[in-house]
Amino acid sequence: MPVNTRRSEDGETRIIAIEGRFDFSTHQAFRDAYEKDSEDVLYWVVDMSDTSYLDSSALGMLLLLRDFAGGDKASIRIENCNSDVRRILAISNFEQLFSIR
Amino acid sequence: MTDSAHPRPLRLLIADDSNTDRLILEAILSRQGHDVRAAEDGQAALELYESWSPDMVLLDVMMPRLDGTEAARRIKALAGERLVPVIFLTSLSDAGSLAQCLDAGGDDFLPKPYNPVIIQAKLGAFDRMRRMHETLTRQRDLIRERNEQLLEEQVTARRLFDNIAHTGCLDVANIRYHASPLSIFNGDILFACPRPAGGMHLLVGDFTGHGLPAAIGALPVAEIFYGMTSKGFAGDDVLKELNQKLVRILPTGMFCCAFFAEVNFRDRYLRVWNGGLPDGFILRGDGSREPLASTSLPLGVLAPERFAAPMAEYTVCPGDQLLLMTDGVLETTSPDGDWFGEEGLARVLDDRRREQSPVDLLLERIRLFSGRSEDTDDLTILALRITDHDPVASQTLAATQSALTGPAAWSCRYQVDGETLARFSPLPLLLHVCMAVAGLRQHSAPIYTILSELYNNALEHGVLELPSSWKDGPEGFSRYYAEREKRLGDVGEEHYIRFELEHRLGASGGRLVIRCRDSGEGFDREQALTGGDGPGYAGRGIPLIEKLSSDLTYNKQGNCAEVVYDWELADVGRSQDQ
Repeated sequence: MPVNTRRSEDGETRIIAIEGRFDFSTHQAFRDAYEKDSEDVLYWVVDMSDTSYLDSSALGMLLLLRDFAGGDKASIRIENCNSDVRRILAISNFEQLFSIR
Repeated sequence: MTDSAHPRPLRLLIADDSNTDRLILEAILSRQGHDVRAAEDGQAALELYESWSPDMVLLDVMMPRLDGTEAARRIKALAGERLVPVIFLTSLSDAGSLAQCLDAGGDDFLPKPYNPVIIQAKLGAFDRMRRMHETLTRQRDLIRERNEQLLEEQVTARRLFDNIAHTGCLDVANIRYHASPLSIFNGDILFACPRPAGGMHLLVGDFTGHGLPAAIGALPVAEIFYGMTSKGFAGDDVLKELNQKLVRILPTGMFCCAFFAEVNFRDRYLRVWNGGLPDGFILRGDGSREPLASTSLPLGVLAPERFAAPMAEYTVCPGDQLLLMTDGVLETTSPDGDWFGEEGLARVLDDRRREQSPVDLLLERIRLFSGRSEDTDDLTILALRITDHDPVASQTLAATQSALTGPAAWSCRYQVDGETLARFSPLPLLLHVCMAVAGLRQHSAPIYTILSELYNNALEHGVLELPSSWKDGPEGFSRYYAEREKRLGDVGEEHYIRFELEHRLGASGGRLVIRCRDSGEGFDREQALTGGDGPGYAGRGIPLIEKLSSDLTYNKQGNCAEVVYDWELADVGRSQDQ
């Protein structure tokens, strides 16, 4: 699976890790990853350690997640981006919408 | 008792001044099939030993001229490394005298009167011991010889290895390192290479396993590291290529723990990647230090499509030092079996005075700790001092010029037609064409993004006529992509997407023009950009292209985009991180 999810120990954080390319082909798996059984989730982490590339459609998907997680009240961290991915996020001013580490 | 009971006749020297005893023993031994010579005293025995060199010697203890114990001592001395069993013939029976025989170098004694059965058994036993000793000696000599040969071969191999995997710019003034000349056969590697635009790449690595396999694995690592770095590739690209190569060539279970650092003196930053090596450190001028822990799997483990190389970036100042090492440092043991470990390392770093090189102090302490002053074969340590000026700048003029190598002026047209659009992406191919220009390799990520956004727009909006307005929520996204899949299966023959690439080289950089035309109806760009209310989920591709390039224009119909991408030598390397 290119998209894997796991829970933090206290169960309040869901971590979504994307492997390889994050583009339209990941859409369904990514949507499933945040929609399924997520009633109790308070915090979100998108782990990009193994993400090699991110395109504009993935930016749209991140925004969908943000709205799903509560819009402006959402707590979403995007972690471990490589420099290419980080650059795309920076160019699109996503730092203003997500906490990028 | 017949001769056939004795498969191995021995050459036996006997010495006894008693004629009767000597004759009896000679008769017994001859009958058992051995070749026997006899002497009447110790002196005669010694002379006979020298001229005849028997397999074993049987000596009476008390003899005129030279007694048995002294003869035994001299025979043993003459025999040197050869095992020549000496057996005393004696009618003595007190323990003290018997012990004295053995002290003199005798191996055993035979009590008089003789018992042929005992004699035969003893000779058999000593013959086995003698032959075992011979075998051991022969094998030891063989091993010694082979080992010398191996060491010689390693020295030659090392010379060969150095020609391919030279140490690059490790000899610049601000680098101090320790690596055994034969460290490559312990699986350790240490490379440094200047980058065309200034600064350098460093690689410290440790292959699992020792000896030849590790050395062979290190060759492609050196070739890729030096080749790609001097052509201007960024750290992440070099790491990806290294990993891909090692995954392919290394047997399962073998891999390379590595620390990769990209050093930029001009803009004063470090980008680092640690896959499986002990923590590296940034030693700050104020005495504090930052650990650079391993965050990734080693090279050669993950399949290429799963391998990402996120490099962490650190700002540095002149006076800061970067310290890297392989695990030989932490695994050093004291004579009592204690590990040097992270505590040992921390203590050394705490004790270091500012002007002191961490490499020198660490080596000094490790030698003290292990109690061995020489044996530092498996230690590889490197420290790099951040300086005001680029230490390899003088070397980089030629390298900078090399960024201007490759095809300078060229153009190409590549068109994908009809149903091929559903099954084939031209993007890797187009990127590959662009990367033939050495100076553009630094820009592979933005160029790929531009190509990919252009292509997706042309395909989804132009050819497949999918409206971005559908992407108005989760359901819209799903509908959009389901429809994309469906329409792709049904692309008519008249459809196409055409790329035209053009490149020209200037004095200090170049210009790449990318045109992408599709067979669609075209779209109204103004409307596309202002159509949605506020920040929609779609429409991020075009702004992305605009920010990455110098210029983006559409033709009137809106089915042909032209992107101008200018690149300068000066912004090579840094441009990607701004």
